[in-house]
Amino acid sequence: MVLNEIRSLFYKELMLEWRQKYAINGILLYTFSTIFICYLSFNIKNTGISHLTWNALFWIIMLFSATSAIAKSFVQENQNRMLYYYTLVSPQGIILSKIIYNLLLMWILSLLAIGVYSMVLGYPIQDHGLFFINLLLGSLGLSTTLTMISGIASKAGNNGILMAILSFPVIIPVILMVIKISKNAIDGIARSESMDEIITLCAINIIVGTLAYLLFPYLWRS
Amino acid sequence: MNNIKKSWWKWLAIALVAYTIVGGLLLEVPRLVILNESVRNLYFHVTMWFGMIILLTTSMIYSIKYLSSQDQRFDIKAVEFANIGILFGMLGLVTGMLWATYTWGEPWSGDPKQNSSAIALLIYMAYLVLRNSLEDEQQKARISAVYNIFAFAAMIPLLFILPRMADSSLHPGNGGNPGFNYYDLDNKLRIVFYPAVIGWTLLGLWVATLRVRIKEISLKLINER
Repeated sequence: MVLNEIRSLFYKELMLEWRQKYAINGILLYTFSTIFICYLSFNIKNTGISHLTWNALFWIIMLFSATSAIAKSFVQENQNRMLYYYTLVSPQGIILSKIIYNLLLMWILSLLAIGVYSMVLGYPIQDHGLFFINLLLGSLGLSTTLTMISGIASKAGNNGILMAILSFPVIIPVILMVIKISKNAIDGIARSESMDEIITLCAINIIVGTLAYLLFPYLWRS
Repeated sequence: MNNIKKSWWKWLAIALVAYTIVGGLLLEVPRLVILNESVRNLYFHVTMWFGMIILLTTSMIYSIKYLSSQDQRFDIKAVEFANIGILFGMLGLVTGMLWATYTWGEPWSGDPKQNSSAIALLIYMAYLVLRNSLEDEQQKARISAVYNIFAFAAMIPLLFILPRMADSSLHPGNGGNPGFNYYDLDNKLRIVFYPAVIGWTLLGLWVATLRVRIKEISLKLINER
């Protein structure tokens, strides 16, 4: 039952995105121009950046792109359409379909971003497998947390500042873990060294996902 | 007589805090390297963190109660406990920075626990901003309760798991430093420390209940008008 709902809501999100491509194009352009600004302002050609900076910069860019990409996930739904959904589907279906859709969006975005980023700022990674697993897990954390927060922010007048102040402190544990794992991937040290961080990251993802699933019905009921 | 029976815990709070201040400053403490007499800050700094965690947990529990009952009184309790929790957090940060100035050499040394607690305060200030941005009372209560529970769960790894995973920490019990027992081994510290935790927490509880009562009265006045 819920699975059917999730599937049809997920297709609806994809269709909407496909018909009005400006949103996805906008967010891609946002990410690319941020990367380019970083490239120019660090003056890479002459000085270069350390691996530590490379790593932190990439994840900060990802954080900001994700925040602006996911912030709109409840905006495009106007009040009347929300009411229509309310009569049709369960809240769990809504939040899960949005999380899955945003996860797909984040995966595509992060893969494209790492392509462009490594083109202009270099690609110092030694352990590719770990880095990409980390990219996927990090995107999962970002999409789950930010989707829930964007639901909260959309109820509160939906301004960008509120989205940022609500999400940034909450997302910090995810970002810290992700940065640590990708630093390990850059240095190419044994994977067993990153196991603690990976487990913690998965645990945070599970906790946040479960809470979003449990709490969204209360948010939805207004 | 009835009054005294009902408010026994307030008298207990006064007695315990007075004991903490007098005993904490006058009783003998063990000689420890670097810490020296500053170890007395244990009764004021560490107890603030204990109090903060207890108060914020209480706030989260009231948020859960609000969501399951939609009773506005629980919402008032949740926000006031969060307020006092933030106050305790700030005091903990200030006392910690003072302590750090004399033992670690600088007020802010980028210690993982210091950073985590600053982030925890950011989370709860965001909670207050969220409340202010909502107009409708019921919606305010429900949405901020959802955020309170969500943020509390996000704060747990921040305060208890990440600092223990960090490579280097100056706090005891983290990153290879000896654990809390390092202090607690000494009974001289223990006889003040445990009463101090209870005393400060009860004091916080007292302030919170006063604020809850003020809020409830003003709510009643608004409704009667």
